[in-house]
Amino acid sequence: MDLFFNLAINGLATGMLIFLLAAGLTIIFGLMDVLNFAHGGLFAWGAYSGVWIYDISGSFLVAILGAIVTGLLLGALTEWLIIKPVYGNHVQQILITLGFMLVLSEMLKVVFGPNQKSAAPPAYLDGSWQLGDVILIKYRIFIILVGALVYGITYFILKRTRIGLIVRAGVMNKEMVQSLGINIRLVFMLVFMVGSAMAALGGVLLAPYSGVIYAEMGMEFAILAFIVVVIGGMGSFTGSLLAAILVGMAQAFMAYYVSELSLAVNMLLMFAVLIFRPQGLFGGKGEAA
Amino acid sequence: MMKALLELHDVQTYIDQYHILHDISFEVPKGEVTVLLGRNGAGKTTTLRTIMGLNPAAKGSVQYNSEDITKLSPYKIAKKGIGYVPEDQGIFEGLTVGENMRVAMKKENESTHERMEWVLDLFPDLKTFWKKPGGQLSGGQKQMLAIARAYMNENELLLIDEPSKGLAPIVVEKVMESIQQMKERTTIVLVEQNFLMASRIGDQFYILDDGQTVHQGAMEELQENETLRKKYLGIA
Repeated sequence: MDLFFNLAINGLATGMLIFLLAAGLTIIFGLMDVLNFAHGGLFAWGAYSGVWIYDISGSFLVAILGAIVTGLLLGALTEWLIIKPVYGNHVQQILITLGFMLVLSEMLKVVFGPNQKSAAPPAYLDGSWQLGDVILIKYRIFIILVGALVYGITYFILKRTRIGLIVRAGVMNKEMVQSLGINIRLVFMLVFMVGSAMAALGGVLLAPYSGVIYAEMGMEFAILAFIVVVIGGMGSFTGSLLAAILVGMAQAFMAYYVSELSLAVNMLLMFAVLIFRPQGLFGGKGEAA
Repeated sequence: MMKALLELHDVQTYIDQYHILHDISFEVPKGEVTVLLGRNGAGKTTTLRTIMGLNPAAKGSVQYNSEDITKLSPYKIAKKGIGYVPEDQGIFEGLTVGENMRVAMKKENESTHERMEWVLDLFPDLKTFWKKPGGQLSGGQKQMLAIARAYMNENELLLIDEPSKGLAPIVVEKVMESIQQMKERTTIVLVEQNFLMASRIGDQFYILDDGQTVHQGAMEELQENETLRKKYLGIA
C-alpha cells in the first residue's frame, strides 16, 4: 500500500506540472482557436528565468514570481508578434509557432549558455516526511498544492467573475461576444498572457523537481501537454486537470512496473480516447471551465 | 420623417472573393421599424453584418447618429448603442440564461436594472428558466433570449435578423408581439421573410435584390402593391 501511495504522489506531482502547461494550451485553443506549439518554449523560459532569479536572489518565492512575469511578458510578445498575423489559419499557426519554439530554445542557449543547468529546491522544501511506511517528499507535495491552488483560482475566475464569463462565452461564440461590445482581441491577449504565465510557472516548478533543466525540455513537455489537451478535450480546463493527473499517474505506475512502456502508455491512452471519445473526456461541451 | 439614426450610402461588401452587396443605400428613421425584405440570397443578412462590422464594407459608408462607423471594429460599433440579434440567435449554449444576460450587461446601474426588469416582464419564460443552460431552451425561448440580450444596455438601435425563422406559428406570434412592444422604446431594423408579420410591425420597407436596394416605401404601400410583392418577394 505504501508503494501505491508513493507512486500516486509521484504521478500526481508530475500530473500537476503537465497540467500547468496544458491548462494554458487548452484555453488558448478553446478561446482563440490557436494551435500554439511555442507553448513549450515559454515553459522552458520559465524554468531558466526562475533558476537564474533564484541564483541571484536566493528566494524561491521571488524566482516563482520572476518566472510568472517572464511568462506574462513573453506571452504578450508571442501573441502580438507571432500569433496575431496568423489568426484563423491553422497551417500557418503550426509552422510559425514550431519555428518560434526553436527560436525560444536557441535563445535560451544564447542568454544562459548551452549547458544544462542544475536546480535544487529551497531548504524548507527539501527532504521528506514519513507517515508510517509512506514517504512524502516535501517538494512533490508543494507542487501538488500549487497545482491545486492554480486550478482553484482559475476555476473561480472562470466561473465567478465577469472576465471569466466573457472567456467562457468567447470559447463558445467569439463573434457574438464582439457584437455585445466586448473587445475580444484584448481578451485574447490577456488569456494568452495568463496561459503563458501558467506554463512558465510549471517550468520553474519543474526545475528543482527534475534537478536539471535544458533548452529542449520545452518540446518534450509540450508533447505531453498536447496529449493531455486531446485526452481532456480541447478547450476544457477541468478536462486538462483530470487528463494531466491521468497521464502523470499512468507514467509513474508504468515507470515502476513496466518501465519500457512508461512513455508509450500516454500515446496508448490518447489513442484509446480518440477511438472511443474523439472529442476528449470533457470536450464537446463548448465550455472552458 | 424624423431624423435618420442610421444611414447606408452605396455600400459594397465582399465575403472572401464573393461580391455580396453591390449597392445598398437606405435610411433608418429614429423610433421606427424599418424592414429589409427580399428573396433568399438578396443580401439582407450581409447588410446587417456589414452594419455591425462583422463583414466590413469595402466601399460606401455606414453612418450612425451622423458618425461614420464604416471602419470600426464590431465591439466599438456595439458600444455606440447597436444591439444585434443574428439569424442563428448567437446564444452561448453552455451558459445559463442569466449568464447570457450578464455577458451583455456592460455595466450594472439603475438603467440596466430597469431594462432587465422590463425585458423579463416581456419574456417571463426567461425568468422561469434563469438557471437553465441556453442550449437547452426551445427555439422560441432562444429567440426571446437573443432579443432580450440585445436590448440590454442603452442600445438605441436593434438589428434583428429573421426572428420568425424555424419557429412554430404560435411562437412567431409571441415574438412579434414582443418586438411590437419593443418598438415603443427603441429603433429597429428587421430582416424578415414572413411578410405578414413584417407588415404588421414595420413602418417602412426596403426591398433588396441581388445585393442592391431596389425599392423603398411605407409599409402600407407594399401591402397594397401586389405587383411589387410578386416581382421581388414571390408572394401575392
